[in-house]
This record gives sequence, structure tokens and C-alpha cells, in this order.
Amino acid sequence: MSVNETTPLLEVRDVVKQFPGVRALDGVSAHLLAGEVLAVVGENGAGKSTLMKILAGVYSLDAGQMLLEGSPVRFSNVADALKAGISLIHQELNLAENLDVAANLFLGREHTFGRLGWLQRRSMAAEAVTLLKRVGLPAELVHVTVDYLSPGQKQLVEIARVLSLKVRVLIMDEPTSSLTQTETDRLYEVIDDLRRSGVAIVYISHRLAEVKRVADRVVVLRDGRVAGELAKEKVTHDNLVRLMVGRELKQLYPRTRVTSGEVRFALKQEVGVSFSITAGEIVGMAGLVGAGRTELAEAVFGIRPFVGEIRLDGQPLSITKPREAIDQGILLVPEDRRLHGLILEESVGFNLSLPNLEDLKTRGLVSRSRERTLASGAVNRLRVKTPNLRQTVGLLSGGNQQKVVFGKWLAREPRVLILDEPTRGVDVGAREEIYAMIDQLASTGVAIWIISSDLEEILGMSDRIVVLHEGKKAGELTRDQFSEEAVMRLATGAGVGQGH
Amino acid sequence: MNRVLGVLVLLLTIFGLNCAIDLNYATRWSNVKEVLSQQAFFAVLTLGAGLLIISGGIDLSMGSVVGLSGVAFGVLMRNGVSPILAVLIVLMMGIVIGSIHGLLVTRLKLQAFLVTLCGLFVYRGLARVLSPETRPGMQQTVEKQPGCASQLDFLSQLLTGRNLERDFGFPMMTIVALVLAIVIGLVLHGSVHGRYWYAIGRNEQAARYAGINTSRERVAVYMICSLLASLGGILTFLDDGSVTPESTGETWELYAITGAVLGGCTLRGGEGTVPGMLLGAAVLPLLKNLINRVGNLPDVREIIPAIDPVIPILIGLTLLAGTIADEFFRRRGRRT
Repeated sequence: MSVNETTPLLEVRDVVKQFPGVRALDGVSAHLLAGEVLAVVGENGAGKSTLMKILAGVYSLDAGQMLLEGSPVRFSNVADALKAGISLIHQELNLAENLDVAANLFLGREHTFGRLGWLQRRSMAAEAVTLLKRVGLPAELVHVTVDYLSPGQKQLVEIARVLSLKVRVLIMDEPTSSLTQTETDRLYEVIDDLRRSGVAIVYISHRLAEVKRVADRVVVLRDGRVAGELAKEKVTHDNLVRLMVGRELKQLYPRTRVTSGEVRFALKQEVGVSFSITAGEIVGMAGLVGAGRTELAEAVFGIRPFVGEIRLDGQPLSITKPREAIDQGILLVPEDRRLHGLILEESVGFNLSLPNLEDLKTRGLVSRSRERTLASGAVNRLRVKTPNLRQTVGLLSGGNQQKVVFGKWLAREPRVLILDEPTRGVDVGAREEIYAMIDQLASTGVAIWIISSDLEEILGMSDRIVVLHEGKKAGELTRDQFSEEAVMRLATGAGVGQGH
Repeated sequence: MNRVLGVLVLLLTIFGLNCAIDLNYATRWSNVKEVLSQQAFFAVLTLGAGLLIISGGIDLSMGSVVGLSGVAFGVLMRNGVSPILAVLIVLMMGIVIGSIHGLLVTRLKLQAFLVTLCGLFVYRGLARVLSPETRPGMQQTVEKQPGCASQLDFLSQLLTGRNLERDFGFPMMTIVALVLAIVIGLVLHGSVHGRYWYAIGRNEQAARYAGINTSRERVAVYMICSLLASLGGILTFLDDGSVTPESTGETWELYAITGAVLGGCTLRGGEGTVPGMLLGAAVLPLLKNLINRVGNLPDVREIIPAIDPVIPILIGLTLLAGTIADEFFRRRGRRT
């Protein structure tokens, strides 16, 4: 690569991107040099993903400029960006799960011969092996169907696919969120390798330790603007947090300590996980993706079979379907809001009343007026920003959608509230409101179980943290033991025996 | 609501064209009651198909269930079962058939399309096994069991408006269909269950996470659908005076689905209304009428000697046009 040292490989100037109701990017300028790793950090909703998607041609920009090696470019789609050598690895994986690894690596760019496009399987398999080796995956995986791979392996396959393209700029959106420690180490080596060969890397991450390990430079985004830039030496926890949040952490996380009451919820498994939550307590559950946190929550809620013992206020319970959990006041705000939490095509009112319809019956029919009262009560209480109750829920912002999911349950009397990734895809303003509400619910004696991959959130909101590793409890941390490092040590299986 | 308006416009257009060709179309009572009866009959099947489509299901066996039910009704009566009891037994059979479909779909997680496709063959075969030699009919029943004549006459007059001599009084099927539409409309648009069906049709998983017993609700809809198909079999027997085991009801499931889709149910699930279904069901008989009338015009006769084969072509094209219009409005709606 013969890029002029002083001309940035890629540069954006005063980029603006407007979405209905939100200005996602508000005049962002940044540059990227060949052979450097630029970390982009910021809270959920700070504009990281939007910026990345603009670089990769997924979105077009509303105002501002993008320069490639000093000359203005405009991408109208992903293909344009790919042609320019810019590739994005999504947080959500984009693999065809029903095809094998080799087929995925060459999807859309198959080696063929003849007019009809006959596949050259052998040559693709051979190249696939080389690519897998580069990301540290065993060659045997070439013909394995992607469906059978672990989340971490899928992520590495995705990276291998990008390596087969002629990339000059590689954008990685939280690439390690589903990787084990070994896989993460391997990824760092791949990154170093790419950097040496002159590829510029944009690296989005939440984890400070990771940023310190890989980044040459850090750009911090907040509320759609650049809050600051740090050189490698200046990257410290305090510096980053100050720029990210723009205030002390305590202000975002309003957790007021309450003296805990009686044990409200207790879960006991022969093999696996055992823990309890007292009334008014918030227990955070941390772990890597695939550690079994969501599965455990769903089992408790009656979505999938549960092995073990559950006690609610000392009484043993057997829950085989969600209705039974709901009737006991054990309520779940599911991880996948769009798939499990809401019926996106239906209205705000429809969604809010759905689990409560049985209580709204008068003479066998659903009472429209009582339904309206319930729904508007929830909208007011949670301050859902919606023009009216008939608004289609899918058109609301992520934060307001999440408030509707909460609202479904608040009409009931929650005794145990399970929150699975309660602020994923939620903007900062709505996050504050949601945290305040969680804190307020806890103060009324609800036992709260938060599952989150956002370490700041877990550390900021929990009274106690239970860490899972590969389906088993790796340890439990009390408030005086809280630190990102302690949680990660347990989550990656490095520190069994820590905590209790 | 737009969808209901759309099908209403379609219906009025076809009606208007009919009136333009035949000035007495709307005033000749003999004609009006025939058309109303046909519309009502399709409405019964369309309501079943529509409910199922709203909840995300499909039933391809409806036509065969109509045939089997009509045959079973006749066979029961000619073997000495009283007509009223026969009605109850046949309706019960419909419920059992529907619950089998529902259980196979929800418990064994089989695809509704396949389960009911199998049903389409099995029930047709059963109909032929039940009456291999003859076509069950009113005449035959009264000859073999003279005792049941008065009850059969009463039932027939009550449900179709025809007596044993086949004299046609008031088109009672219209009343039957309207009563059913009101009951189903209340359940679908007013009760908890109707709400659940819409939710399940849109997103069964989210419905499940909201604590809805989705399996039970879905089985219930399959039961209602087959129950209505069984009622359709009884109505056919009474209205036509006889049924043919080999063919009665053949392809009617497709007319029922067509009516439901014209009326605003989309196969994606979660959409559709009872008024829409009624209007959708009303289109087809009018359209057939229109085509026949056009075919009988002397000028047209010279070009197309036989109009009958054209009917399915035009029905298909009408449905296609409706679907395209629907998609067009949907996209436009999304943009604004």
C-alpha cells in the first residue's frame, strides 16, 4: 500500500444523519489512517452504529462529506462501499445458517466455470481452509453447516469472509461480544496481522480493556457528536467514561441502596445455577453470549422446560407455561423485543393490553373503555412518546418500544421482574428513564433480575452480580467486589472460585 | 377499513354491470334469491377460512369436509338416524376433524398446509367409502325412511328455504350466514379470543411471551373452520337435494380462501374483518353471473361459443388484480 502518510485513508466531515424523531449524527468529523486501529466508543444511541453504517454504504448521509484518500466519495449502497474496499462486520451476524462454511465464505462470489456457473467446489474449499487458518479456526469446519457452529465461531467465519475480499477499511462492530477468551486472543492477532498489512480498522466496543489492547486512537461519540479524541497513552477508564457519559456514572445509574428484605425468589439447580433475590433487591446476571442466561430466564418464565426448583416467597412453584408465571407475578421483559416482546405491526394500545385482556372483560367481551384507561395509564406513567394509542408500535423509537414492553407488565403487580437486556438499542434519554423506573420498582419491593451484556449497566444497577459461564454459575460478587475485571474473569471461566 | 371499501367498490361494480346487461337483474325475485343463497353459502365457508387465515393458519381440506359431511348426513338419515340428530353428529364430526388438524399442527408442529392437504385426500376418500354406490339425497332418504320426512322438510325450510318438493321460498341461508357472521364478528372483534387470534397471526412468539395459550387458541380456530365446513355439507345436501361423494365440494376450499383474501385477509396473517369476508364471499357468485350473462349476449356468443371455461380464468385474474391493488396501497401507505 502506498498511501501518503499525511492524507487520511478515509475521512468524514460534518456528517449529519436524521431519523424520524432523532438526529443520530449531528456534525461528526473524524479521520482514519492506513494501518491504524481506531476505536469508536460511546453509549448506546450515541451514534456509533449509524456512523459505521454510513461508512459502509448502508445509510446515505443527509449532510456533510466523506473523503476517500482525499477525494470526495458518495456510496449509495453497500456494493459501492465494498468496491472501494470498505467492509462492515455486523454485530448481528449475516450468515446463511443452512449452508456450510465454505459456501458462506464465497456467497455471491463463488468460483465457477462455464456459462451456467457450475461451482468449483474444490478450489473454494482449498481457499476456505487458508482463510479459516488465518482466523484460527480448524480446517475441518470447512464443510460444517454454519447452524452447528458456536456464536464465537460464526463471528470468526464472518471475519474470514471479509479477509477474502480486498479490504482497505474494516469496520468491526463489537466483534468480541460473543467470543471466548481464546477466540478473542486469536482475533487480536488477526487484527495485528491486518494492521501490519496496511488495513485500517474501525473498532467499536464497549469494553475498555479491549479498547486499550487494540486501539491506536479512540474517538468518543456522545449524542451524535464527537465528545473527544484520546491517543493511546491517554486511554484510561476515567477519561473514557467522562467523555462518554459527560457526567458522573452515578447520575446515569440512580440505584438507591435499600436494606434488603425477605428472600422473594430462589432458584436452585442440581447442575447449573442457584441464586436468590430478596424483595427490593436488584441482582445482575453477567456472562458471555451463549452462557445460558437468556435460556435460564426463559425456563423460569415457562417458555422452555426448567430443571430444578423455584421458590417464590418460600413456596415451591412449578411453572410449565408463561401464563402460570404471569399469574404468580413473575414477569419477563424478553431479550428480543422485536420478536418476543412486541407485535410490531399492531398498535401501542393493542400491545399494552395483550397480556391483560382477561382482566378487562365485561360480560365476556373486551371493554374498550377499560382497555383505553389501562393503555393510556401506562403511556402516561412511562412517558411513552407516541402521538396516540393507535400508533403502530414498530414505528416508535427503540426506547419507546421498550417502554411499551415494560408497560405490558406494569398493569399487573410484579413480584419478580426479569429484565433481559433491558436497554439494548435504547437511546440515552430513555435509558435514564428506564433505570429510574427499575430503581423505583425495586423500592416498592419487587425482586429484580437484570440480564445484561452491558457491563456498565450491570455494575451500575445491581446490588449483587451473579456471573455465568457455559451454563453454570461461575461466581457471585457483592458490591464491594464489583469491577469490570472481576466480572470478565468469571465470565470467561478464568476465575472460578472467586466470590462466593 | 380501506380494504373493506375496496371490496365493496368491486362488488358494486360487478353488480352494476350485471344490472346494465339485464335490466331486471335486481328486481327479479327468483334471481335475487338464487344469488343471495349462493353468496350466503360461500360466506359460511369464507368465515371459516378467514378466521384461520387471520390466526396464521390455512385449511385446504374444507371442500372435502363439505363433501364428507353432506354424504355422512345422507347416509346417517337413510340408515334411520333422525335428521336433527344427524345434524348434530355431522357437526360433531367437523369439530373432531378440526381438532385433529389443530393438534397435528400445534403439538407435532406439522405444517398446516400439509396436514390439511392430506385431509383433502382422506376425507374425499371417506366420503366415497361411506356411499360407494349411490348419491345420498332427499329423495332417497324419504323413500327409505318415510318417517323422517316431516323433520327433514322442517330442517330444509329452516336452513335453506326449500321444502321437500324443492319449492324455493325465502333464501334462509342468508339468515343463517348473517347469524353466523354476527356471532363470529362478536368473537373476533369483541372478545379476548379474537384479539389473541390477531396476535397469534402476526407474531405467535410474542403472543406466547405475553402468556397466551397459543396452542389452545389455534386448535380452537381449526375446530371452528371445520365445523363451518361440516355445516356447509349439510346446507349443500339440503339446498341441492343430493350430494355426489366424488365431487361435492371439490375446489370449494379455494373459493373460500379467495373470498377471504378478497375480503382483506392476507396470508401473512393477522389481518381481516368479518364485514370484509362477507363482501369477499359475495363477489364470486355475482362475478359468475356476470360472466354467464356476457357469454349469453349474441355478439359474444359468436366469438366465444362456450363461456364456462372462462369463469375460472376471470376469477383468478380478479383475485390477482385485487392482490396487486392491495400491495400497491400497502406500499403507498407505508411511504406516507
